[in-house]
Amino acid sequence: MEQGTLRVSVWRGDAAGGAPQFYEVPARANQTVLDVVTHIQREIDPSLAYRFACRVGMCGSCAMEVNGRARWTCRTHVKKVAQDGTLELRPLANLPVIRDLATDMAPFFDKWARARGTFQPKDAPDGAVPAEFHIVPPATPKRQAADAGIECIGCGVCYASCDIVAWNPEYLGPAALNRAWTLVNDVRDGARQERLAVVAGDAGCHACHSTQSCTERCPKGIDPSGAIAGLKRTLFWNVFGVSR
Amino acid sequence: MSTRGGTHLWVAQRVTAMFLAVAVLVHLATILVAVRGGLSAAEILGRTRGSAAWLAFYAVFALAAGLHGAIGLRGIAAEWLGWRGRGFDAAWLTIGLLTAIFGIYAALGLYAA
Ligand code: SF4
Ligand code: SF4
Ligand code: FES
Repeated sequence: MEQGTLRVSVWRGDAAGGAPQFYEVPARANQTVLDVVTHIQREIDPSLAYRFACRVGMCGSCAMEVNGRARWTCRTHVKKVAQDGTLELRPLANLPVIRDLATDMAPFFDKWARARGTFQPKDAPDGAVPAEFHIVPPATPKRQAADAGIECIGCGVCYASCDIVAWNPEYLGPAALNRAWTLVNDVRDGARQERLAVVAGDAGCHACHSTQSCTERCPKGIDPSGAIAGLKRTLFWNVFGVSR
Repeated sequence: MSTRGGTHLWVAQRVTAMFLAVAVLVHLATILVAVRGGLSAAEILGRTRGSAAWLAFYAVFALAAGLHGAIGLRGIAAEWLGWRGRGFDAAWLTIGLLTAIFGIYAALGLYAA
């Protein structure tokens, strides 16, 4: 059902620069921001670049700045975010732009690698499948701490919302540190000390100001700020030889 | 700054903060008590002269304040001015220790006056 017209400003350009362009899109019931972008690309200007895959909040590829705030666009309803029938869409902040609404996520995922975001099985350091299953009771505190951060879809919303990432390009950022914290709590993992070493310091958890924009904006309800506080706590006691 | 050093700086700042939280209260309470009979140099010196306890308190206070302040300023300068790296770290350490030494020197003066 058509319900009037949305006025949509979309940033168009590339790494060299760009400017907003304006489009009129028919408003519909239950329309998502991604639906609006798709309408523009299919019906108005096929040269518009953007990224999506699953459309159901699983893949983490569709994040953009919507009216100045990073959001997953496939699960964001227009009626929740439009201001007086207008939408302003820009590429995700804190990442290089490839073209239009598509950013280069490479720096974001490179930082996951730098934070040792890969699971390293204790019993099989060479990557082989361990002979026995590890039993990790769901009620144990470490398992619960790992579970709290495990559903991250790598959308970059937290990364785009963090002022420290903007101020310090070396900063690993909330998502990579949240990932590191899940692995620090994974009792099957064998790289705990190495991981703690790389997430410490000025580019790591100690740069975080605990402002919690990441936690506030994560569409999956994850608390990267709390994860970072956990890393700081663990590193604090580590200095005194206490392993927690 | 190595990542290990980063943790140590953070620990130093948190530990000095804990000490300063208490020390500043002691310091303020002392001021309130001290001015009740009117503020005079003789009265202050009467309390501090030859007192190893006050000397130790203010020496640790000055050291904690110097380090805490320098680590904090280091963080602000790194974020706002992009002052990062070994050279700046050495400068901040010097500033922190100089501040501490001035404070300790003053405390020594009151002790030995
Ligand atoms: S809590 Fe830390 S990681 Fe999260 S937005 Fe604030 S500074 Fe960034
Ligand atoms: S922590 Fe949340 S906001 Fe950050 S990348 Fe993961 S899902 Fe996205
Ligand atoms: S398209 Fe997959 S999360 Fe939005």
